[in-house]
Amino acid sequence: MAVEEVESRLLAYGHTACAGCGEALAARTVIEAAGPDVIIANATGCLEVFTTRFPRSAWRVPWIHSLFENAASVASGIEVALKALERSDEAKVIAQAGDGGTADIGMGAFSGMLERGHDILYVCYDTEVYSNTGFQRSGLTPLYAHTTTSPAGELTWGNATRKKDLPSIAVDHGAVYVATASVGYPQDITRKVKKALSLSGPKYIQIHCPCVPGWGIESHMTIRVARAAVNSGLIPLFEIVEGNIIGVRKIKEDERVSVEEYMKLQKRFSHVLKSPRGKDLIRQVQSIANLNIEKFGLLGINE
Amino acid sequence: MKQVFGIVVQPGTSREEKKTGWRVFRPKFKQEACIGCRNCHMFCPDGAVYRIDKKKFDADLDACKGCGICAEMCPVDDIEMLLERN
Repeated sequence: MAVEEVESRLLAYGHTACAGCGEALAARTVIEAAGPDVIIANATGCLEVFTTRFPRSAWRVPWIHSLFENAASVASGIEVALKALERSDEAKVIAQAGDGGTADIGMGAFSGMLERGHDILYVCYDTEVYSNTGFQRSGLTPLYAHTTTSPAGELTWGNATRKKDLPSIAVDHGAVYVATASVGYPQDITRKVKKALSLSGPKYIQIHCPCVPGWGIESHMTIRVARAAVNSGLIPLFEIVEGNIIGVRKIKEDERVSVEEYMKLQKRFSHVLKSPRGKDLIRQVQSIANLNIEKFGLLGINE
Repeated sequence: MKQVFGIVVQPGTSREEKKTGWRVFRPKFKQEACIGCRNCHMFCPDGAVYRIDKKKFDADLDACKGCGICAEMCPVDDIEMLLERN
């Protein structure tokens, strides 16, 4: 079958992402929102590996990969080169990386890009683990998640630290636009990417994407799990323009779930639910969600 | 396949290696009760679902990996996952 619509997608099929991959859906949504006139600098990570298995590529836009840590630096170079050639109006520059490439390994380059004020959209696909190398913990892994480097056992409860607040770090650098999105709501991603690309200056979007093998979920559950994360309050969806919160996605009363219901869907939290100390651990995670709900005013209705 | 330079490859060539052998289940679009919500079209991670008409969609089985998201997201159960038999 050769269907024109499917054959002509900017992120072509045939890449080696797992069935039901949240990151693949997020990347497809971002590139379709951005359109063909973009240049992408990609960090090492699942997205880079599954889309460009040598000698083939799934991308139909100019795309470059250099190292794990320097997607933001490469993108900065491209942006400056476009300026020097007076061709900035011909293409937008996007840097994209996973959570490890942004929060840990690429943190310095990411900070530098924001500090220098390049006109770049930086997209972080947050799968909450190093999906590509076998699910090690990253700076964006949530509290008590089991990963291969934060294993749950008799004396440990999975990841001992909270998720790093990367959007706040970007805001404090003076990014013009900072937003969080979730693959559970692709229309929201589309809107935020289009809005970000209409502004000039450094922009940051963090997209929460479930990882099928990393989180221990079934391939058809990706969207359900992504939505449960948002509706539990653990992943607040907001937009910040020049430091001011201009919009949040409210949790509808009938869609609200507890963090326990969200954790039940995934194998990476199964030790929490089984253990006698589980109730205490769940209470701690629930308090993170409650803080988010309070901080961003996630309940109630939009004005 | 033309290779320009050691590390520069042609765009969109991943399509040459189909991943259809990955499927355990394949979606069957019954096209009976469709209300045209576009959920299947929007949520397909591989972009396999295409639009035929306002209330008629189908999956390109060259691109589909059989994850089952389309069937799960369909609000009127108009997509069925069938066991793949070769």
